[in-house]
Amino acid sequence: MSDLLKATGLTKHYEVRKGMFGAPDVVKALNGVSFSLEPAKTLAVVGESGCGKSTLARLVTMIEEPTEGELIIDGRPAKAGDKHLRQTVQIVFQNPYGSLNPRQKVGAILEEPLKVNLPDDAKTRRKKAEAMMERVGLRPEHYDRYPHMFSGGQRQRIAIARALMLNPKILVLDEPVSALDLSIQAQVLNLLIDLQQEFGLAYMFISHDLSVVKHIADDVMVMYLGRSIEKGSGDHVFDDPRHPYTQALMSATPIADPNQRRQRVKLEGELPSPLNIPSGCAFHPRCPIAEPFCSQEKPELREVAGRLVACHLA
Amino acid sequence: MTDTSQIVEEDLEHVEEHAGPARRGRLGEFWYYFSQNRGAVTGLVVFTIIVLVALFAPLIAPHSPSLQNRDAFLVPPFWQEGGNAAYILGTDAVGRDILSRLIFGARFSLFIGVFVVVLAMTTGIIIGLIAGYVRGWVDTAIMRVMDVILAFPSLLLALVLVAILGPGLLNAMIAIALVLQPHFVRLTRASVMSERNREYVISSRVAGAGVFRLMFITILPNCMAPLIVQGTLSFSNAILDAAALGFLGMGAQPPTPEWGTMLAEAREFILRAWWVVTFPGLAILVTVLAINLMGDGMRDALDPRLKKS
Repeated sequence: MSDLLKATGLTKHYEVRKGMFGAPDVVKALNGVSFSLEPAKTLAVVGESGCGKSTLARLVTMIEEPTEGELIIDGRPAKAGDKHLRQTVQIVFQNPYGSLNPRQKVGAILEEPLKVNLPDDAKTRRKKAEAMMERVGLRPEHYDRYPHMFSGGQRQRIAIARALMLNPKILVLDEPVSALDLSIQAQVLNLLIDLQQEFGLAYMFISHDLSVVKHIADDVMVMYLGRSIEKGSGDHVFDDPRHPYTQALMSATPIADPNQRRQRVKLEGELPSPLNIPSGCAFHPRCPIAEPFCSQEKPELREVAGRLVACHLA
Repeated sequence: MTDTSQIVEEDLEHVEEHAGPARRGRLGEFWYYFSQNRGAVTGLVVFTIIVLVALFAPLIAPHSPSLQNRDAFLVPPFWQEGGNAAYILGTDAVGRDILSRLIFGARFSLFIGVFVVVLAMTTGIIIGLIAGYVRGWVDTAIMRVMDVILAFPSLLLALVLVAILGPGLLNAMIAIALVLQPHFVRLTRASVMSERNREYVISSRVAGAGVFRLMFITILPNCMAPLIVQGTLSFSNAILDAAALGFLGMGAQPPTPEWGTMLAEAREFILRAWWVVTFPGLAILVTVLAINLMGDGMRDALDPRLKKS
């Protein structure tokens, strides 16, 4: 068991009340997702908005409990109150303007996790915070500044530093660079890669930006309406996508070479509401190659050409 | 999208250039917007004068507030015929100097304001925090009780409470605090509800912060701006309500030189000696107006939507 985290059949349903007497509707945000994270490896989770990526992040960080399914982190079942696991999994959010408390100085932000979890005294905390600031490329004089005095990239560095203060083994990165300028994206990504090598971190990298994912991912999991539809090593999935949805996603990434045109797979229609998931294969109403039986039988993940695909026709 | 990011960049440069530590920067910015508002500055000046007068009352007041001068019943202000320069604003029915009583009365009014606001604010914030953070039936129960309190005319409710607790300044203050406190509860609850799902709160939670830490250290400081404004406005409300209770004989008891009580004592001389009623009334008016102007200015200065960039 080299897996740091193993999730089996994770499911999260939310009940939405309609008025005072109506029967509650069920939002099926996540339907039986399984995956595992290994040390020093990156699992990228991709999919369009509303496919359950962020719900997955909330489950893995134990902010919410799954409706069904099993989540084992570092050999223990995940429970919200477990202090050891709290220190094992940390998260970096997309928006560095919202993820730092505007009323706390950088020093206080970095030291808060230590203060809450460890018996360190103020001096040790400060020393650790300063070491971490140096590690992520912040200057020592930033210690006494407030978050609003920093640029987006610097803030994201602070957020990363904060997440690493407790020496976690797993870092959930919820679109960590999509709010940043392109040049700064690269800096932050490189920093993340360096940190992964230095600390042996397992990353769960949530993104919709496939060029970023290609750069950083070891494994890729493509999600559609709360299910994983294709899962495998980055090379496999990127070079030879098998699920029609993955193919459509890949063909939507622009290539910076006018001579290398490729065939664009266009998807019709919108993502269906997770309140009312289509029968059979959830993708069939938008699928360019759907057959009649796709709307009746639900495809399970099966191995095709070195990766798992949930499609009858792959 | 590009516009906002540009503005943010400019903001950053602005901050980097001017302010050293951020706290001074934020305070400086607050003062900049506050001082644009002439009414607010006037209010602040008047309020400061009243505070100074209250602090140094024994040094400033020409007479003792309770000294009854048998030679001088209902002496008019000095500029009127029969006035006496020793009693600048005249004397009341038992020969006490009105100016001295007003000066000492400022102490009571400010004390009432501070006491009521502190009491209403602390209880209101704690209850509001719990309601906004816990939600569910706790929230519903708390908010229904607050709605009931808000549904009473405030002065009437205060009167009922004083009738139960017994008249007196302390009981009046407790009653007023209870009447004003639902406003703080609602305000706190509303801002806590909007803050509690922000990402910085979630990342604090993921870092292992407990409920109390989240409530008081992470969320509360980010909800303070509207509460401070409500606090100043409640300050003037408290003074006004206390004066009203005093006037009805339910607040401070005579011979306390409380402004509302002074008005009540002067009721029967309204037609014969205008100064006995007018000056305490004016004192209340000026104080309340100054504090309200100040509170409005603070609201404008603290509300980012009203700022020009």
